[in-house]
Amino acid sequence: MSDATAANPMPAAAPARGKTSLYTQDALTRRRNAAEARFKMYGLVAIVVSLLVLAVMLFTIFRDGTSAFRQATIAFPITLEAETLDPAGARNPEDLAKVTTIGYGNLIGRQFANYLTAEGIVVDGISDKDISGMISRDAPGRLRDMVLADPSLIGQTIDFSAYATGRIDGYLKGRVTLDTAELDSNVSVEQLQLADILTERGILSIAFNMGFLTNPDASDQRPESAGLGIAIIGSLYMMMLVLIFTLPVGVAASIYLEEFAPKNKLTDLIEVNISNLAAVPSIVFGILGLAIFINFAGLPQSSSLVGALVISLMTLPTIIIATRAAIRAVPPSIRDAALGVGASKMQTVFHHVLPLAMPGILTGTILGLASALGETAPLLLIGMVAFVTNYPAGPLDGGVMDPATALPVQVYSWASRSDPAFIERSSGAIIVLLAFLVIMNVAAILLRRRFERRW
Amino acid sequence: MIGTQEMVSWSLMEMQMTLVKITLSTVAVLAGTTGLALARDNVQVTGSSTVLPYATIVAEAFGENFDFPTPVVEGGGSGAGRAKMCEGVGENTVDIANSSSRISQKDLDTCAANGVTEVMEVRFGYDGIVFASDVAGPSFGFTPADIYNAVAEQVVKDGALVANPHTQWSDFNANLPAQEILVLVPGTKHGTREVFDTKVVIAGCEETGAMAAFVAAGMDEDGAEEACMKLRTDGRSIDIDGDYTETLARLDADKNAVGVFGLSFYQNNTDKLQVATMSGVTPSTETIATGEYPVSRPLYFYVKLAHMDVIPGLKEYVEFFVSNDMAGPDGPLAQYGLVSDPELAATQAMVAARTPMGPLE
Repeated sequence: MSDATAANPMPAAAPARGKTSLYTQDALTRRRNAAEARFKMYGLVAIVVSLLVLAVMLFTIFRDGTSAFRQATIAFPITLEAETLDPAGARNPEDLAKVTTIGYGNLIGRQFANYLTAEGIVVDGISDKDISGMISRDAPGRLRDMVLADPSLIGQTIDFSAYATGRIDGYLKGRVTLDTAELDSNVSVEQLQLADILTERGILSIAFNMGFLTNPDASDQRPESAGLGIAIIGSLYMMMLVLIFTLPVGVAASIYLEEFAPKNKLTDLIEVNISNLAAVPSIVFGILGLAIFINFAGLPQSSSLVGALVISLMTLPTIIIATRAAIRAVPPSIRDAALGVGASKMQTVFHHVLPLAMPGILTGTILGLASALGETAPLLLIGMVAFVTNYPAGPLDGGVMDPATALPVQVYSWASRSDPAFIERSSGAIIVLLAFLVIMNVAAILLRRRFERRW
Repeated sequence: MIGTQEMVSWSLMEMQMTLVKITLSTVAVLAGTTGLALARDNVQVTGSSTVLPYATIVAEAFGENFDFPTPVVEGGGSGAGRAKMCEGVGENTVDIANSSSRISQKDLDTCAANGVTEVMEVRFGYDGIVFASDVAGPSFGFTPADIYNAVAEQVVKDGALVANPHTQWSDFNANLPAQEILVLVPGTKHGTREVFDTKVVIAGCEETGAMAAFVAAGMDEDGAEEACMKLRTDGRSIDIDGDYTETLARLDADKNAVGVFGLSFYQNNTDKLQVATMSGVTPSTETIATGEYPVSRPLYFYVKLAHMDVIPGLKEYVEFFVSNDMAGPDGPLAQYGLVSDPELAATQAMVAARTPMGPLE
């Protein structure tokens, strides 16, 4: 306001009646200008606030989650003693399978302790249990699989690399310290001292963890070996199937409703219902899916096929609405021109309208898929919020019928585990999920840019 | 006019029918081309989220050591799990329901009505419930009476029932620190809440004489128990409907709080939590196994016997679960925080004989 007065070159001219100047603002103009300035401010504040919230969210996720992509491993030579692993000595697969992971676990612990003694690495007051407790419980299972796959390894000394347990891993990442270790019943100070020496000697090292993207889920006792492998496959299968189910049905329904359907009460009813369906809470589709696809149609529980069917039902209205908007955006002059030169209605639609509407349809579909990717609630009821550690088979071998999970499900189930190492993994899983969403949204933008026609 | 309307609705119905047929045949074709019968080859387990970590540990070890696929284990709650198991017999129904409380007659009736007649009840161990506070704060030694005095809606003060006036722990027990009362209690949908109510709140109600006062005020026994279990609503007792990670986060935000946790959760977070004694006993797998520490509950899983020998691996999984290698005192479940069942041998014999459970006493 003071600006307005200062900008006025002739304050003395104010009493002049009847004359208005562009330089002098009357009260009404000032109010209008002030209102506009306020409105701009509100908008700016709203944007700043939402950006701040987004920044805080991304910051916490990346702060907590990036470390999930790195993992400490312990590498040491291990002698696969024949007397432990094959007491019968005949290399008979049945006999070999009788030695359980408990036997392999003892072997690994013993060999690791022996190796440390041979290398002259000693920490006062450390027990053998502490030493073997630094190696992940996932190692015996992997070693057993290696031996069963190739029995000729028995008797040899091989270089073995195992994950370090979640607490040791946390120590290298700064999550666990000597102070917390004193209070922590799952790790001892001696173990951390040993970890320091092992890091110096290069036996214990931290590197990029491919396993986080490829391993299956793991139980609460071995957070270090838990990965997103099955969740990523499950999400991929579901997205592919959702695309296959929804795109043809959605596009066909939209074309029919927009171009062919007579305008009457029935089509009005259908239209209203499609809009209503888009607003139905997703959990309702889960209940429906359980009743129809599992209990009635007899499809297998926890499978990505059922997940995809349920999510398709949920995404279909969104796709239909987006597609109809895209078709409606094609100018009528195009249709008129096509019909004018003698094209049939169907030729008009498929040769002219649909190609022009395609960028909009694809964008709508991809955005629909992206929102479906983050959906957990409907999966809860069809058994996909589960602990699954067997990879589903390939898509052509019936893999869509095998149990699987999905990315958001993994975020949810890790966030509720008791071991703090899972919190890190949960944030890491969010990062992967965000990466998927960004890729899909960028694809939507690129498609629109590439094919969009303006007139 | 009426005729056309009928025609329209009829053709609409026909359209719907064709649609359903098309959808179903698409699904069928999909199933056919993938060359896969719908036979299930993995065990399906669902139920209590308290039992979930134990079940996943067993499932993982089972998958590693047996030729069967790893069982699929779901959480979701004891009640929901038992209801799912009682849905019927067949490959589309689950094989095992994990449960942190005993099955109810209502569940058994539902089961029977749906053809699930033979259910085997397997008790595989005990779970301790502990009170814990921030590791940097003062330490606590509770009795059930202290907890009752802190969280109940009505307490006995100077011989009369009054609305709970206590604001600090030291208000009613000079041995407790002068710290604001804030107790994070598991929500009513949790199995843990039942144990909290029966083993702590009602015990405390009796100890403080509030129970007697309720009865003296003209209530019958059930009414008095109900009155005991009513918690104060002035914000000093907060129901946590999420899981223990939420309780921990709340406790982190307000260092004055005392939270209710499972023993295994506490054991995995000893760097953040310190545990309170109950009637002078420190909770541990040993004190719970001997029964010295009073707040514990048995953990169960229920097996649909009709699925034995039909679902591959079910028999082996159940036997493996109760084996000494898993549920024994030195097994991985005990390391995670399960209190091993002293009568595990009897359970193993029962599993081997596949004895269905009798009617509830």
